[in-house]
Amino acid sequence: MLHATAETLLGRVLSGDPIMHVLDLDYMLGLLPILLGYLPLTLEMAGAGMVAALVLACLLAVVRVQRMPGLNALAMLFISFFRGTPLLVQLFLFYYGLPQILTFLVAINGITATILGLTLHFSAYMAESIRAAIVGVDRSQTEAALSIGMTQGQLMRRIVLPQATRVATPTLMNYFIDMIKATSLAFTLGVTELMGATQKEAAGSFLYFEAFLMVAVIYWVVVELLSWLQRRLEKRLNRAYQR
Amino acid sequence: MIALNGITKRFGAHTVFENIDLTLEQGEIIVVIGPSGTGKSTLLRCINYLETPDAGRLTVGNLSLDAKHATRREILALRRRTAFVFQNYALFANKTALDNICEGMIVVDGLSKAEAHARGREILERIGLADKANAYPASLSGGQQQRVGIGRAMAAKAEVILFDEPTSALDPEWVDEVLALMKHLALERQTMIVVSHEMQFAREVADRVVFMDEGRIIEQGPPDELFTNPQDERTQRFLRKVLANNPIV
Ligand SMILES: Nc1ncnc2c1ncn2[C@@H]1O[C@H](COP(=O)(O)OP(=O)(O)O)[C@@H](O)[C@H]1O
Ligand SMILES: [Mg+2]
Repeated sequence: MLHATAETLLGRVLSGDPIMHVLDLDYMLGLLPILLGYLPLTLEMAGAGMVAALVLACLLAVVRVQRMPGLNALAMLFISFFRGTPLLVQLFLFYYGLPQILTFLVAINGITATILGLTLHFSAYMAESIRAAIVGVDRSQTEAALSIGMTQGQLMRRIVLPQATRVATPTLMNYFIDMIKATSLAFTLGVTELMGATQKEAAGSFLYFEAFLMVAVIYWVVVELLSWLQRRLEKRLNRAYQR
Repeated sequence: MIALNGITKRFGAHTVFENIDLTLEQGEIIVVIGPSGTGKSTLLRCINYLETPDAGRLTVGNLSLDAKHATRREILALRRRTAFVFQNYALFANKTALDNICEGMIVVDGLSKAEAHARGREILERIGLADKANAYPASLSGGQQQRVGIGRAMAAKAEVILFDEPTSALDPEWVDEVLALMKHLALERQTMIVVSHEMQFAREVADRVVFMDEGRIIEQGPPDELFTNPQDERTQRFLRKVLANNPIV
């Protein structure tokens, strides 16, 4: 087999056939604006997922930190499930599986299912980061706040959460970046987003390498831009409370 | 008047102290001494309700409550009448020196920001840190941080300030400035309970020294008497040890 391949390769080289065709840059440049047209949908799904996940994660984190009876066990089960199973499985479960059980969900579309899946999946991770950040705020500051007569709510709002936010922000930015990349799974639910559109274009032109390279570059650039923002933010956050 | 009657505290099966009685007149300054692990911190924390006592009554001014069954409102009221100075300062890391002092006035007492800042600056003046109003705790020395911690307690206008070993975490170079501030408060007859082994300070400032051992108040009296003529053998032994390391000049 190896022998045969080598022979063919050698034959092709000798006969002047190309063994690798040159990248079709013109095709890629033509593809760029088409694909960029789908970027907003990708960012919208990630943005909506991020906002919803943040809200849910904060609730979960507070339930966990306060050890609310009953709710705490539920939160732990939720977090364990959504961290313990692949996102793709969760998306299929929501999009294909759940409507069979909860029939009113038949109307759920791929975009909604993706946002729902991203929200639940990432909220589980983010809840743990937020919880760790809250717990990480020096316990003696909590006591100091209580000692002057502050309520639990005032203590959380004015002392703990501002400090926890600062600690958790870089990690949460990482999850946002992961979430942007994870939106590409929406194409398995039939959503024509960035990845789905690329797949269609590639199937039409047969230039799979060019098409997928192009979409990879788009994701890459978006992520790099966010990473740059993240580094600047981190620098500023590290400087806080130091003077 | 501050009164503890029959205060008991347990951690699980371990009884830290049982039936503690202690009374202070307004303006009185007492220093509590005793071996470590005896329950001095726990006692102070019970007065501020950072620990929930298992039995007894707490009285601070016109507020008197059943310590075990205090309601949320009673607890908040008790905390407003008492202030705590922590061994490790426990300043709010996200607030400047001024805001650390003003936080309680704004959030708990409901003062306007302007009023609070005006009072906060007066307090900064008194603790000798007027130039550090906008500095965050991370950039202050240990001594400066503890002075802000005391400033925060002063701002609470509490009937009693509870000091839990306020100088024992400090590098020696910063101890004197903190003790000087506490002496200053004592001269103004701020009621205070100080857990500390600064014997010189106790000698100069305390109206009464209380010796605790194994969860009991063994002996108490004016510093001159207690230091020179301790009655109980445990007090004598403890004083010999402490005075050897921390002599009174
Ligand atoms: N949160 C807690 N849980 C369990 N035991 C505690 C706790 N806090 C203090 N103790 C115990 O209570 C006793 C008194 O401690 P403490 O009040 O800190 O003594 P002191 O301040 O005199 O050194 C010690 O035996 C200590 O181990
Ligand atoms: Mg102690």
